[in-house]
This record gives sequence, C-alpha cells and structure tokens, in this order.
Amino acid sequence: MARSVTTQRKTINTTIAWIIGLLIFFPILWTILTSFKTEAQAISDPPLFLFFDWTTENYSTVMERSNYGRFLWNSIIIAGGSTLLGIIIAVPAAWSMAFVPSKRTKDILLWMLSTKMLPAVGVLYPIYLLCIRLGVLDNRVALVIILMLINLPIIVWMLYTYFREIPGEILEAARMDGATLKEEILYVLTPMAIPGIASTLLLNFILAWNEAFWTLNLTAAQAAPLTAFIASYSSPEGLFYAKLSAASTMAIAPILILGWFSQKQLVRGLTFGAVK
Amino acid sequence: MATKASRSAARLMMAPAVILLLGWMLVPLTMTLWFSFRTYLPLRGGDQGWTGFDNYVRFVTSSSFWPAVSTTLIIVAGVLAITIALGVLLAILLDQPMWGQGVVRILVIAPFFVMPTVSALVWKNIFMDPTNGLFAHLWRFFGADPVSWLSNAATPSIILIVSWQWLPFATLILLTAIQSLDSEQLEAAEMDGASPLARFFYITLPHLSRAITIVLLIQTIFLLAIFAEIFVTTGGAFGTRTLSYLIFQRVLESQNIGLGSAGGVYAIILANIVAIFLMRIVGKNLDT
Amino acid sequence: MGQIELKQVTKSFGDVQVIPPLDLTIKDGEFTVFVGPSGCGKSTLLRLIAGLEDITTGHIEIDGSDATDVVPARRGLAMVFQSYALYPHMSVRKNIAFPLKMAKMDQAEIDKRVDAAAQVLNLADYIDRRPGQLSGGQRQRVAIGRAIVREPAAFLFDEPLSNLDAALRVGMRMEISELHKKLATTMIYVTHDQVEAMTMADKIVVLQAGVIEQVGSPLELYRAPRNTFVAGFIGSPRMNLITGEEAAKHDAHTIGIRPEHIDVVESGGTWQGTVGVAEHLGSDTFFHIHNTGLADTLTVRAIGDVSLTHGDKIHLAPRADEIHRFDTAGLRIA
Repeated sequence: MARSVTTQRKTINTTIAWIIGLLIFFPILWTILTSFKTEAQAISDPPLFLFFDWTTENYSTVMERSNYGRFLWNSIIIAGGSTLLGIIIAVPAAWSMAFVPSKRTKDILLWMLSTKMLPAVGVLYPIYLLCIRLGVLDNRVALVIILMLINLPIIVWMLYTYFREIPGEILEAARMDGATLKEEILYVLTPMAIPGIASTLLLNFILAWNEAFWTLNLTAAQAAPLTAFIASYSSPEGLFYAKLSAASTMAIAPILILGWFSQKQLVRGLTFGAVK
Repeated sequence: MATKASRSAARLMMAPAVILLLGWMLVPLTMTLWFSFRTYLPLRGGDQGWTGFDNYVRFVTSSSFWPAVSTTLIIVAGVLAITIALGVLLAILLDQPMWGQGVVRILVIAPFFVMPTVSALVWKNIFMDPTNGLFAHLWRFFGADPVSWLSNAATPSIILIVSWQWLPFATLILLTAIQSLDSEQLEAAEMDGASPLARFFYITLPHLSRAITIVLLIQTIFLLAIFAEIFVTTGGAFGTRTLSYLIFQRVLESQNIGLGSAGGVYAIILANIVAIFLMRIVGKNLDT
Repeated sequence: MGQIELKQVTKSFGDVQVIPPLDLTIKDGEFTVFVGPSGCGKSTLLRLIAGLEDITTGHIEIDGSDATDVVPARRGLAMVFQSYALYPHMSVRKNIAFPLKMAKMDQAEIDKRVDAAAQVLNLADYIDRRPGQLSGGQRQRVAIGRAIVREPAAFLFDEPLSNLDAALRVGMRMEISELHKKLATTMIYVTHDQVEAMTMADKIVVLQAGVIEQVGSPLELYRAPRNTFVAGFIGSPRMNLITGEEAAKHDAHTIGIRPEHIDVVESGGTWQGTVGVAEHLGSDTFFHIHNTGLADTLTVRAIGDVSLTHGDKIHLAPRADEIHRFDTAGLRIA
C-alpha cells in the first residue's frame, strides 16, 4: 500500500526535486537561451537570463556557414540505418539465445558484450586503412556498418532480456498451431516484444546519433554527421557563443524532441532492459 | 529444451551476429598486432620492417605512459563514484511523492541526449571559459578570481562534464530498481524498529546492488572509450591524456602506426582485465 | 483419425535417460490420461508426441505413418498448455483463428469455424476481447477453442486445469469430458491429479520415473493394480499397504486394502487401534488410526457420520476378498 503523505512533505519534495532537476537541465536551457541572443549579449556580465532582444539571426548565420541539412541527413541515415540493420541481425540471434539456450549461450552473450569493451583506438588505424583500401573513407554506408557493429552487442543483449520475459509456451503454441519459424517470429514474437523492440530502437538510435569517435575520424566532407558539424565550432573565431549555441541546439534538438515524445519507451530503453 | 530442428535453426540464426562480431574483432585486432611489431611511419618512409618488441618497450617507457594510465583510471573511477553516489540520492528523491514528477524526470534525463561533442563545447566555452564563461561571471560576482578550469583543474573539469552526461543514466536505472522494491519490506523493517538510515543501509542499498553492478558495467564500457570530451576541450593537454587519447595521438597525430598499435595492444589488455573482472559480476547477475 | 503409436521410444537429456524404452498405443478416439507424480516424465512424453522435443531413439507413428522427424506444425495435433499460452496481442477471435490462418485457409471458412467454436465453448460474448481481460476459466476455453478449430487428429492437454481454482476445475473437467464425447477425437491428457485421471479417462497410463507402471481403464487400475506403486497412487484416500506378519498370513510380502474396504464394527473385528484423527465430512468419516501393530497409520472410510473421535478405541473388519497381495518385488500376486 502506498502511504499517504502530508502536503507539507510533498511540497518540500517537489521544491527540492525541481531545483535539482532545473540545475541538471540548466546547461541545456542556457545553451538554448544563448542561441537567441546577439553575440554581445551572450557574453554580457552580468549574464542576461530572459530579458534580452530575442533574435534568430544566429540560426541563419549557422545555416549559411555550413550546410546543416546535409549533416542532419547524414546523421539520420547513419543512426537510423545502423539501428535498423542491427535490429534485423539481432532479432534472430536474440530469439535463439532466449528460447533455445544452450550451455554456451551465456558465454556467447558475454563475449559479445566484451567486444564492446575493445578500445576503439586500438583498432582505429586498421579500420582507417581498410576504409582507404576499400575506397569507403568518408562514406555513409561504411559508417552505417561500423556503428551497427559497435551497437550490435547492446542490441542483442537488450532484445535478449526483453525476449526472455516472453513465456516459451506461447511460441510452442504457435509451433503447434502450424506456424513456421518465420511466422512464429513475425506474427507472435515480434508483436509481443514491440515495447522492448521500440525501446531498443530508440536507445540505439540515440547512441549512434551521438557517437563521436568513428564519425569524427572516418568522415570528411561527404558523410559527416552532426557530431562533425559541431566539432567544427571548436576553434573560436571572434565572438561566437551565440552561434555555437545555435549550432548546438540544432544538433541536439532532433534527439531532445524524439526523447520528449517517446519518454516511456526511452526510460525503459535507457535501463538497457537490465532492470525491471 | 528443444528439438534438433530448432537447435540447428538457432545456430543458423545466431550465425550472422556471431560471424560479424567475430570479424569485427579479429580482423582489426590481427592487423593491430601485426603493425605493433613493425616500424611503420606512413609519412616518413612507410613500413620499414620488423622491430620485434621495440614498440612495446618504447610505449611503456615513454614518459607519457604511466600518467596516461593513471589519468584513465582517475577519470573512470571519479565519474563512477560521482554518478553512482549522486544517482542513488537522486533516485531516492525522485521516488518520493511530488508534483510534476514526469517533468522533473525529463529534466534529469535530458543530458543523456546531448551528443558528447556538444556538451564538451558548451561546457568548455559557455561555462568554463576563464573570461566570458558563466562560472567566471559567478566567481567575479562573489569577488573571487575566475579559475581557468580546463588548464588549472583539467581532470576534475572533465570528470564534471562526463559525470553530467552519465548521471541521468545512473539515476534512471537506480530509480527503476528502487521502484521495484517491495514497500512491505520497508514497512516490516519500520515495524522492527529500524531508523530511516538503517532502512536505507540494510534494505534499500542491498536491493540496489544488482542495479549498481549494471551501472558499473555499462558506464565502464563507455567511459574507457571517452574521446570527444577530451578531443574538444583540452586536446589531451594539462594531464588529461588518457590511454585511449595517447594512442590516438601516436596513430593520427604523430603518424607512428607501429608505436600506436603497440599502445593499442596494451589498451586492449587493460580493457580485458577490466572486462574479466566485470563479466564475473555480470555473469552471476545474469542467472537471476 | 488419430491413432498414435510409440515404438521403443527413449529420451535422454545429456547423459540422463528420463524415458527408458517405452511402447504405447493410443487408439483412435480414446481419452488417454498420463498420470504420475511430478517429475515422472509424463509432460516430457506429451512433448515428445507433440514434437516439441526430439525423441532420442525409437519411432512415433501417427495414423500409421512415421512422424518421428515431422516438425510439430505438420503433425496435425493440437495442444492446450498449462499456462494456456494465448497470444496476448490478439483478440479471442484472432487467437482461435491463428492456426487456420497459418494453414492458409480462406477467410470465409475461418470465420465460419471460429464462430462455431465460439458457440460450442460459450465464447461469443467476449470474442473481441484480449486474453488479458478474461478470467482463468475463459482463457482455458479460448485455448481449447484454438485447439478444436483445426480439427486435429488428436488433442494434447498438458495439465490444463492446474491453474484454476478447485470449483472451476470440477466444471472444466466436465466440459472437457463432454467435448470428448461430442467430438470423439483422440485426447491425451497429462495430470498429476489421480481424481482427474479416474473421472475423465477411457484409459489411464500410470508413469513413474519414465516407466509405464500400468495401462488400463480406471476401474481395472482400481480393482487390480499391477504393483504397489499403482496401488498407492490410484484411489483416494490411498490404499493401506501392510507388510510383515499380517502380510505373511496371506502368503504375501505386502498386502493392500483400500480405506473403503475396511468396516468399522462395534466390537471384535480382526484389527484394533486408537483413533488419531477423525475427519467428519457428513457423508463419510475418515479415520486415521494408530497403534494397530500393522502400519504407522491405517486409514479407514466409514459411510455416514460415525461418532468416534480422537483417542477412542476402534474395531476393524477388513473384507477378505478385497485384499490385494504383492510379492517382494512389489508385483501383484494373482
């Protein structure tokens, strides 16, 4: 039974939680606010909070300076492509591990996770070299594959944990009802696991969207996603806080909005399926 | 419990994932091993043949090696300690009844969505800049001298930035775990005369141990690989060069592939030591 | 048609053989119950017939053709699971239609059959609900509906009533029995509850540790248990098994007598003891009797309300023609 709490206690909780929440959110809020200031207002001392001349000039400047659309498109292709491809490969693997476990299943799963611990720098040059040899440096498809491989262990693990919550008897019932393996996975398992699959999709989309090692090191003009777009702002040229803020806002806005709309799946996804 | 047919189907369906990951692991690893035994300077004469263990010896004896190892460990340990400690407190707070819980939760999760390059740039310039940063304004307001965060306190600054990014994750996992705690257990403890503090240490914290393990594992995986935060803020200067970053510099900046590869092998060994340690814990937890 | 034949079937998990070579024929239209204590291999045997597990050696024939290597989907059998195993994301209608959809039947025929099944099982009122909104008994009916629409060669039931409460269980038991009379299709039913076995079966297969102890009709098993295990397992309350001197008087190692075959008499009687616990049910009275010198506890059933209670002396007269005799190996002596 949930216990009733006095209004006073609830007020105190609310106040503390909101203060801490806003404090944690503040850097993002401040960045968004700054993006609507002029450069002079952006560095004014004392800082201006809400009362300044709101302007969208920074956004147009950033758009002129670089082709935001292409970076955005690259990010969508790379994050979306790698996640979808990962799911397609991971669903059958996770089915096998969850419903036909053998003595080695746990070892395979742990081994998969351990590949995630291989330091990327340790294999940077070989991958770099392979990309040059294959002529796929600065290529979106190459990045889709690489990011898929990086996230695959996590996708398999998450799907495995979600699938394990589904009773095996239901899949056996489908088998008795005359479903082939393909039909069993397509019509019974997948619909039942939709919430888990959605969480997995979302989380890995975000991880791929924010991935900043391979995307920075393997792209130049053609395939560069938003991580590279924003990194080009790391060398300051004169007054640039407002423009930096505008660019930052544009880089994180799609994910923030996505996160806002799919909070429930995301919260579930963020726990990597590991905690119920 | 399955038939031969389903077992062979299972093997077949697992094959793509296993083969891809095996290739992704073995091919570059073999190449890294190969390069690590060669003098290979792409810009200064290319591949100049075998050198035995020279690269390995040089990498370890270089004055930057041990500082890099310790920086790596300090950053990982620092971020883990901060995120787990604050995460537990925050999770308990968010578990209390309040108004607007959903909104507060979104506010707390938000930093996780921010790409590392953005958060590093924003923190570096808008907050930590010694002249125009918000912290500098704040310090001056209280009459103190602004601090050059990223040169004078570089490692703590990076720990702060990374902790800000990972606190949401830790909080969320721990919150989910706390919500799964049976309130009757706490009530039973209360009836047994346990104080709030005793209830926290004897009931809540043990209940969270599995969740904490998971936070530990997942964060360590990602933290060992942090790159953008250092690349953008200090470029490895001021004692923030982690092992990963040191190798990155050897490979891409000095274009010494042999030396960098030897470093890569060390990093892989280090990661494996951590991995074995962590996998033991997680392996146990997977059973439950 | 639905004759199922197991020939020298064995099953091993790793090195452990859970079912030693086993032969069994289940005739078309027969209601066969596999009964035995938990872990006796009855569910495994059912899953072998279903094809959800491979048999290690031997053959399974369904209607005379070898089905040993046929996948479950092609065996033409339908199964009702202990957990019902309904598809939670589908409505009752879609659940029942699923096997027909898998068989690529045309929609009009599917609708016709689903409606007919819903009619038979009283499901029409909640045909568009999801399984989550149904009670245990209703879910059970949906699971049965899903099985009957296919018109399978045989139905397999895996402890289908064990998740229901006692009252519902009795009702469903009757419904399944009636369904069998109506459809006259082979049914194989697994349970650990000997009352279910006795009330429903045409033929009972008693299993222990993967071995068939006895096959026969309920009354055959009741009247002539082949060994002490079957004697103790079938019948409620359990048969009293007595060894030692008293058994020797009957030229046996063990004798058995059912509680309902011992009469309580005013005085005299062959055996005496003191009442430990008396369970007064009104229609019957069960006595658990100590100090008889025969066994630790002797159970006796008396018709009606007999007013003896704890600590009272009781006189017993076993009916001589109802005494079962067993040899040292526990086998029945004819």
